Amino acid sequence: MEIGLNHYLVLSTILFSIGLVGVMRRKNLLILFFATEILLNSVNIAFAAISHYYGDLTGQMFAFFVIAIAASEVAVGLGLLIVWHKRYNNIDLDYLNTMKG
Amino acid sequence: MFEAIAFYLFAFLTIAMFYITVTTSQALYALTALAAGMIFISAFFFILGADFLGAVQIVVYSGAVMALYSFGMMFFDTTRELHEKQGNKYIVVGLATIAAVLVVLIFSAPILSNNITALYPMVEGAGNTQEVGMVLFTKYLVPFEVAAIMLLVAMIAGIVLAGKKMDASLTLMTEAEIKDMRKQKANKTKEIV
Repeated sequence: MEIGLNHYLVLSTILFSIGLVGVMRRKNLLILFFATEILLNSVNIAFAAISHYYGDLTGQMFAFFVIAIAASEVAVGLGLLIVWHKRYNNIDLDYLNTMKG
Repeated sequence: MFEAIAFYLFAFLTIAMFYITVTTSQALYALTALAAGMIFISAFFFILGADFLGAVQIVVYSGAVMALYSFGMMFFDTTRELHEKQGNKYIVVGLATIAAVLVVLIFSAPILSNNITALYPMVEGAGNTQEVGMVLFTKYLVPFEVAAIMLLVAMIAGIVLAGKKMDASLTLMTEAEIKDMRKQKANKTKEIV
């Protein structure tokens, strides 16, 4: 059986749904970051697959930039998370409601 | 044939690993499963002929990002059980499905309307790394430099944010001092909650 573009898009969708469920269901901020990584990676698969099946390198270029953005997001996000943990001694999403009106 | 076997094997493994990541109650299991899933994803890039992207995936995600997470986890109390948000399960699953279908629509809309032409077609006779270099350093030079500046900003932000109050070393303090610090911290948390 030949693997086509649709196979990759379906896989990307499944991984994206898993990541979204993680973002919406988990309370721990660290797992929230993990779920964000899953979202970015699933989109990367779709980019690489489209790049391959249409003979175009633009998809791979965007995948590179997505990886760069993910890396810097992790650096800043973890820094903020460490500051939060030092001040409040937990990283639960429910305590992060100081901006509640 | 081998492509199909590889695709289904790695698809199953990736989905299983990411499922573990979002469902487990141990932060350490989640981290390990995520690292494994990242490596399995690089297999898709190799199957798709994007060798350089696969190598970058392994180096950046499994190397840099995972190392950063594991260093970050030293600051947090990871032995504590993770709690799940108590919400309506059906709403969550429904919203996730809708968003996923939306992503597929966004990707497939240009394909369905047959409006796709290769902007930077693959060069015959050049390896993947060479092609990537040619496109990246001609057409995408400005975004490449902007990404470099963004990484620099992120590095400085990480140092400034995480480096605060690093002077208190737990290994050099006595037990009484540590206990005193813990108590102060607990009081602070109680005030806020």
